[in-house]
Amino acid sequence: MFRIKVPRYWRHKDFRYRLNAWKCNHCGETHFFQPLICRKCRSRDFSRVTLPESGKLLAYTVVRSPPEGFEAQSPYIIGFIELDDGTRILGQLTDCYPEELKQGMKVEATLRKIREDQEDKIIAYCYKFRPAI
Amino acid sequence: MSKVYVAGVGLTKIDEHWWMSLEYLMTEASLKALDDAGISRVDSIYVGSMLSPILQEQGHLGALLAEELGLSGIPAIGVEAASASGAAAVYTGAREIESGRANAVLVVGVDKMSDGMAEEVTAAMMSGERQEYVGFIGATFYSINALIYSLYMDRYNVGQEKIALFPVLCHEHAVNVPHAQYPFKIKLETVLNSPYISEPLRRFETTAIADGAAALVLVNEETAKKLDTPKTELIIEASTDYLTPFQREDPLWFPAIQLATSKALSRAKLERQDIKILELYDATSIMAIVSLESSGFAERGKAWQLLERGELGLSGALPCNTFGGLKARGHPAGATPVYQIAELHLQLTHRAGKNQVDSAKNGLAQSLGGVASTAFATILREV
Repeated sequence: MFRIKVPRYWRHKDFRYRLNAWKCNHCGETHFFQPLICRKCRSRDFSRVTLPESGKLLAYTVVRSPPEGFEAQSPYIIGFIELDDGTRILGQLTDCYPEELKQGMKVEATLRKIREDQEDKIIAYCYKFRPAI
Repeated sequence: MSKVYVAGVGLTKIDEHWWMSLEYLMTEASLKALDDAGISRVDSIYVGSMLSPILQEQGHLGALLAEELGLSGIPAIGVEAASASGAAAVYTGAREIESGRANAVLVVGVDKMSDGMAEEVTAAMMSGERQEYVGFIGATFYSINALIYSLYMDRYNVGQEKIALFPVLCHEHAVNVPHAQYPFKIKLETVLNSPYISEPLRRFETTAIADGAAALVLVNEETAKKLDTPKTELIIEASTDYLTPFQREDPLWFPAIQLATSKALSRAKLERQDIKILELYDATSIMAIVSLESSGFAERGKAWQLLERGELGLSGALPCNTFGGLKARGHPAGATPVYQIAELHLQLTHRAGKNQVDSAKNGLAQSLGGVASTAFATILREV
């Protein structure tokens, strides 16, 4: 259903691999994907930024009822993270068990495989977060 | 601007209908609504569905339904706003009548989830979120709700046993409802001991795979006068917000519900205390709680107190989800908003059977697409 197609996947890899994003020069709102106009202040003036790789965990949950394509990974953890520059971001948590996690703990970004397309065998990668080492 | 009246409603029982197709369900609901209104033709049709393009790979529901009804020739259009799709159909139909371009419109909500496996449905339900970001990392609708739940309990220092009272209330109200998917009572312990879907959210705080279709006949004032059938006046307003609640200023506040509800109340010239029946969009227990607060029917962090004091029961000050809500009546995605509005109509025309709330003159239904990225507020008024 939610297949991985090469052009669709590649056009966002700069964000997914490196956390390269855009910041509105007027209001400071972070945009993960190339914006034309700011959702918050409607400015059209942006700067390219690399988001900080560390932040703190605001909340987390364990997905036990996965969507198609993620069956083999379940259960896995989804976290809501505030990066050091204040940007709030969702991401998977890795290299840990849920019982090791605590709200407010420091986490850092790392690059991991997110999943594989079941038919074309394309492997998709994305940032994930892990407890700070 | 012409006023809009509901002149007929049609509901199919919500269930896993293995032998009924998408077409069959929406046609059945439509015929029931037309028969209830006592008319056989309408000027146009609007069909709301969220999942049919994904699960049945069926689009073009407008022309399809017109054909099934033997009404090919009239304008018929499908509309989509995630799980609020049915309300989007009502909104569009109502606006057409208000504009004076139609005398009678059929609006239908339909979704048939049992044609998909659980994982397919879970993936399809994410079509209301940002797929390239939130869907891509494997987050689900329920995991987003779980994060909100966890933040909520933390900020307001409220235990799960308070919030989990909501599904208990819904099941209590569904007991005598012929079209409900789960017409039986459950205990709080059953909710609290049900397995996690996504911590802290438990199975009995969510909804299940459901098939259903609901339909309304909307008419203008002139047509309403000619029809010998119970009617209510309908006022609908809408609002939108970011798709991802975590990009908003506060994920524990749904501004779209606040805005849509205030707009509808002001157009109806009503205050919150005039609303005596409230239909909330309880796709999860926590969504109902945050909705109650965001729409101004409860203070922030205190919606659970209304539950605990019994105020949301059928004989309480603000009867809520009087036919079981999404939890117990069932939640066939895009069809659900039309069930909510049809149920308000049954209440206000004194056809709610054992669940009748007698004193109510006005009811409000809140229908949400995603986590309140689209919000519709529909007020029905006794006439």
